[in-house]
Amino acid sequence: MGAPMSKTITIDGKSIPFKDGQTIMDAAMAADVYIPHLCHNPEFKPHGSCKLCTVKVNGRNVASCTMPAVEGQQVLSDTLELNDERLSLTQMLFVEGNHICPSCEKSGNCQLQAVAYYLGMMSPHYNHFYPQREVDASHPDMLLDRNRCIYCELCVRASRDVDGKSVFGLSGRGIGSTLVVNSTSGLLGDTNLAATDKAAQVCPTGALLKKRQGFTVPIGQRIFDHRTIKDVQLGEEHE
Amino acid sequence: MQQTDSPDLPRIMVPILARHGSDSAQLLQILRDVQDVCHFVPADAIDQIAAHLGVSRVTVEGVAGFYSFLSTQPVGQYHLLFSNNITDQMLGKDELLQYLCNKLWLERSRVSEDGLVSVDNTSCTGMCDQGPAALINGWPLTNLDQNRLDLIAELIRSQKPLADWPPMLFEVVDNIRRTDALLGEACVPGAAIKQALARGAKETLSEMDKSNLRGRGGAGFKTASKWSFCHAAIAEEEGSVICDIGGNPERFIVCNADEGEPGTFKDRVLLNSYADMVFEGMTVGAYVVGASKGFLYLRGEYRYLLKNLEAVLKRRREAGLLGDNILGQTGFSFDIEVHLGAGAYICGEESALIESLEGKPGRPRNRPPFPVTHGYKGRPTVVDNVETFACSARIAEKGGAWFAAMGTAQSTGTKLLSISGDIARPGIYEYPFGVTVRQILDDAGADEPFAVQISGPSGTMISWKEFDRKIAFEDLPTAGAFMVFNRKRDLFLTAHNFAHFFAHESCGFCTPCRVGTQLQKKIMDKISGGHGTICDMEELKRLGHILKTMSHCGLGSSAANPMLDAMEKFPDVFERKLKALAFEPAFDLDGALETARKITGRDDEWAHL
Repeated sequence: MGAPMSKTITIDGKSIPFKDGQTIMDAAMAADVYIPHLCHNPEFKPHGSCKLCTVKVNGRNVASCTMPAVEGQQVLSDTLELNDERLSLTQMLFVEGNHICPSCEKSGNCQLQAVAYYLGMMSPHYNHFYPQREVDASHPDMLLDRNRCIYCELCVRASRDVDGKSVFGLSGRGIGSTLVVNSTSGLLGDTNLAATDKAAQVCPTGALLKKRQGFTVPIGQRIFDHRTIKDVQLGEEHE
Repeated sequence: MQQTDSPDLPRIMVPILARHGSDSAQLLQILRDVQDVCHFVPADAIDQIAAHLGVSRVTVEGVAGFYSFLSTQPVGQYHLLFSNNITDQMLGKDELLQYLCNKLWLERSRVSEDGLVSVDNTSCTGMCDQGPAALINGWPLTNLDQNRLDLIAELIRSQKPLADWPPMLFEVVDNIRRTDALLGEACVPGAAIKQALARGAKETLSEMDKSNLRGRGGAGFKTASKWSFCHAAIAEEEGSVICDIGGNPERFIVCNADEGEPGTFKDRVLLNSYADMVFEGMTVGAYVVGASKGFLYLRGEYRYLLKNLEAVLKRRREAGLLGDNILGQTGFSFDIEVHLGAGAYICGEESALIESLEGKPGRPRNRPPFPVTHGYKGRPTVVDNVETFACSARIAEKGGAWFAAMGTAQSTGTKLLSISGDIARPGIYEYPFGVTVRQILDDAGADEPFAVQISGPSGTMISWKEFDRKIAFEDLPTAGAFMVFNRKRDLFLTAHNFAHFFAHESCGFCTPCRVGTQLQKKIMDKISGGHGTICDMEELKRLGHILKTMSHCGLGSSAANPMLDAMEKFPDVFERKLKALAFEPAFDLDGALETARKITGRDDEWAHL
């Protein structure tokens, strides 16, 4: 621990200590307060794109993963209104892609699915977009299924900032955004991605999967089959 | 898969890369030039650019894929984009587009078999006072009608170079209809700078403060405050001071000329006929905040202005108004560079604009920190609207009190309005703040006006009951767009057009805007197709709430305004279109047979449900 934690913010009425430089999300996680999130991973620079972690600070909505904690902030997070909006965002993520949980290798280990469980999502609510997206099986050890990409850019950040390879990037705009890889052919097999890279480990959904591992752990014994995403992520925070 | 083969690629690439140097901030400018020559960005060019700039391939591909005027697949040698604002539609754009396609045996957004021509839509090109308008290979065409399209089709078929086309096709006029303090008097180059230098930086800032000038881009932040924050900024990165007042302050002045709001075209006129005033204001700003470098970010649609702007800059350098020791003031050095955009409305958002200046996709940054402390390349940066800088020049010249005497207490000075739609005299009108909508409509010759869209799709639509409201930050704030609709117009079409606009322009960074604007568009399509129900209106309201409260930036949070305004103020506009049922599926059984009909070439009664 560095500086003493004498400063505090309040989340849902509970006093939470923080250090300078921490975001609201950092302070919350450290104090065992779960704020739903998908694009955030404490190992990487915050991104702020999924907006699931939106909280109300002094009456204004902000993404808690990017907003610095400031002394005296009154934060509302676990409210009916915010959870309802988070549920809508999760439903949006489901319908814009092609997420077919029962046939997905990642089922049970998927954070998108787990957040949906946590928020009580019973239906997609919106009409599915059924987009045409490319699947890339050219890599010997990894499968890239863009149908399940939620544009969190965790693989982009990991490959660029940790692996020093910049294998992944986002191209396109708006709903036409697409995950691209670093090869003239556009194929993952022509990049220098290795299955041991950090980028190969961080996908919260089943967009980037290790080949030949799909069912080494049977369905029913997977991470979120028994524990909520809240317990899992708060547990990881304290490991 | 991407197209890779392009003959003579090295011959094309070498001069382009040499011209722009190896700063990665030049990436967008490089890609623009490649697109110009090749009519797309070939995969091999992406590799070469990446190697030249020392960045990853995905970085280059990310930029090439983001901007509307760049493409990784070939477009036609003649690429014609119709401006798709509602005002263009009202002037018959849809029919004209179809007319040209028929004439050229084309399908919209498909390149002709011989690669000669392609026709598509683009967002408002800022020619609403002389529409229907279009861009051909980036150059504006105005006042389009069937006669002009006949001529254009002929010129394309005979493969005449654009340089040899009749100049009247490209004629853009100012249409200044009413002038006041800003436009009424020509700007004497150097006059404002001289006054500022005589007063000193501190006193000039205090005049700016007295003037109470507020940003003309719509948000209305007080300009003097922005300048003083930037002046005082000590930007820190990882705890270490990278810039402070005492050291070598590197600060930037950026002029936001990404006038993308549909219905706005005042900056086009300022840059065409008052460029000196704008550059003068930027120079005054640089003097006050201590900047040595400025950028004018010019929207791609206005590239035709570039040549003249460069000439004005050159003249100012020669006159000692830019460069080292401006007007003999030792140590005051400042110069301005013009950067071109490439078709992205989102770049009007200041942090997205800075990203684009740095040669990246225009995705708005997380804030804080704000540009005044961490802007271009992480340095303190002032981003102001074109008109704001023009006002600043006038204030530096004539003083803050002179400016503050015009307009209202909270909205001082004058405002340029870009007026289009159902009026007799479209163009630029300058009014002191506080003028009523009714007065403006009378002056512009509106016949039976019914509604006015103030400040474009992201602004508000007001009904005839509200025509006594005033143009002012405290009542109807505006960036300048003023689109008039008369009694005969179907306002559903307006909301429908705007829903498509936002869906097209969403940068895709955040979930609520990327998906929410699409959902809005789909629901509006459904209602438009005669399948809407009351449930769809409820869904639009819910989506509006999510867009407003959860979005990353102003694009998303205002993207529902047209639907919410129309439903609130003109409910019958929607209700007329609805089916009386409580629920109707979005899935259109008959529509689903369309592909089969196309394949079989049938369209008879029995081929429909």
